[in-house]
Amino acid sequence: MSYFRAEDLSLHFGGLKAVDSVSFAVEKGEILSIIGPNGAGKSSIFNLISRIYPPTSGKIYFEDQDITSEPAYEIAGLGIARTFQNIELFENATMLSNLLVGRHRHSTTQLWQELLFLPSVRANEKAHRRRVEQVIEFLDLEAYRDKLISGLPYGVRKVIELARALCSEPKLILLDEPSSGLNVEETSDMSFWIRDMKTELGITVLMVEHDMTLVNRVSDRVIALNYGRVLAMGSPAEVQRHPDVVAAYLGA
Amino acid sequence: MRFLFKTDYEDDIRLFPHSGYIVSYGVLLALLAIAPFVLSSYIVSQLVFVCIYATVGVGLMILTGFTGQASLGHAAFLAIGAYTAAYLQQFNVPFPVYFLAAGLLTGVVGALVGFPALRLQGIYLVIATISFAFIVEEIMARWESVTHGNEGMRVKTMTLFGTVVSRDGPAFYFLCVGVLILTIVGTLNLLRSPTGRAFVAIRDSETAARSMGINVSLYKVKSFAISAAITGFAGVLFAHKLSFISPEMFTLQLSIEFIIVILIGGTFSLHGAVLGAIFLVMIDPFLTYLKDDMPGIIAGVAATFGAGKSAADAIQNNVAAFASANGLKGAIYGIIIVLFVLFEPLGLYGRWLKIKLFFQLFPLYKRATFKRQKIYVKSERNR
Repeated sequence: MSYFRAEDLSLHFGGLKAVDSVSFAVEKGEILSIIGPNGAGKSSIFNLISRIYPPTSGKIYFEDQDITSEPAYEIAGLGIARTFQNIELFENATMLSNLLVGRHRHSTTQLWQELLFLPSVRANEKAHRRRVEQVIEFLDLEAYRDKLISGLPYGVRKVIELARALCSEPKLILLDEPSSGLNVEETSDMSFWIRDMKTELGITVLMVEHDMTLVNRVSDRVIALNYGRVLAMGSPAEVQRHPDVVAAYLGA
Repeated sequence: MRFLFKTDYEDDIRLFPHSGYIVSYGVLLALLAIAPFVLSSYIVSQLVFVCIYATVGVGLMILTGFTGQASLGHAAFLAIGAYTAAYLQQFNVPFPVYFLAAGLLTGVVGALVGFPALRLQGIYLVIATISFAFIVEEIMARWESVTHGNEGMRVKTMTLFGTVVSRDGPAFYFLCVGVLILTIVGTLNLLRSPTGRAFVAIRDSETAARSMGINVSLYKVKSFAISAAITGFAGVLFAHKLSFISPEMFTLQLSIEFIIVILIGGTFSLHGAVLGAIFLVMIDPFLTYLKDDMPGIIAGVAATFGAGKSAADAIQNNVAAFASANGLKGAIYGIIIVLFVLFEPLGLYGRWLKIKLFFQLFPLYKRATFKRQKIYVKSERNR
């Protein structure tokens, strides 16, 4: 059985088939990229997995468990974290509190304990902070701990969003265009981090990406989508040579 | 300027980041402790109102400032707290019991109001909370067997541990200060724990909060319940301070006053609730002063600039008529809100921070330091 599986996944908005019976599987420990022209349904697949939209039909399995009807907030609890294409950080909070929100799924303290800030809460806070510091070190974010997000540049926010996802200690991470808006240097940093996430942290990565350099550098396998349908699946080189993919991009 | 050198995670957790805070809050505490013995009873009475309004302000701040859910129904929560106290008092229930009962009941009602609020946002939520407030007002007026309707209810003088606590005495003042301090400390504790961070996360991006594993509905209800419970506690003190409660005290205007407290104080910090409460309680004597003295002063000025006796008298009468016009207070509140939202959106506490930074950086302060800028347009797709 595969680690993560989407079966006949469909999302229809009225007559528009944003995702049209898409099936794919992600193996444990691989980096799988989804590519495709604009409007191909890539981000919609992510929104289906993180349950922002309920699928019109189809099933999603993670670790052999059907997660199609889990509520959105349970998805993180199962070990699936995500980033957003247009950055959804908590703007008016510091980077530290943003990252600590990433630890939310591991918090065990009760409301009344927190009101009194009992020693157990304090100990928990420190334990969370220790994990957050490991992520900060991993992504070189030391300079921004007490900075408000609203004052930080786009490139840094992108990394902080990745950091927040990593703070939840996910098993599977969904990256929605991790390199959009980044310059060449930042993109190459990002590709190193994505590889390190796989090799050092053992996280399985599912990623939507337009930048083919990044896709080629990090992906084990690639899926090409167009009009909500899978065009091709395989190694990055195979997919790029596939006649349907060439046609979709170049309009042959 | 002080540079904090952090060496321990504890440095980011403790309530007082450095010794300067301990000194200044210590001084404040000492001043509050001697206040009832040196200040006139009128000012002490005003301080009690500041404490009550600030307590409600802290409660509203949790909901509006930190969770991002607007409410114009907090007068109703205050009323539920006040009426619970007055009702239970009739059966000789001791103060600590009905104090806790009032907070608990208001918290439960707050949670019930929170449920319909889950599907509402922004202006629609405001409308829903206003309707809730009207419903409560109507219930207070009609449920005569419990609330005595429009006749109102007398609130007996409090007895605490066998001693009588007069509403004008120092003991009642210390009780109010104590409740305020406990509320603030509890709220600060909450804000540095997972729950407080979840509130802030919901305020800034519900989508992201959800994808980080926060049960948004549950935390919104929690926020409503906590906010309402705090307001309920304040309601008990409010009832005792006024010694008489009736439905027309808990109107929409009171809810708006609570919004003013946090809006003018600054919605991003608990300091704002206290500063806003001081501002709001002080505005009343100021308005009275305007009403009493302003007509004479303006007439005097007019007379000095050559207006005749009869003209000056006419001016005095006109100004006096204007100053005692109905709804002037509401209009002034409205103007204050508009001016603050336009020119000082961070409120009095924001202004204080700016002044402080100006002196810390002198002469290097830049005017644009607090200028808010939009770096990119936030996506509205996933809402």
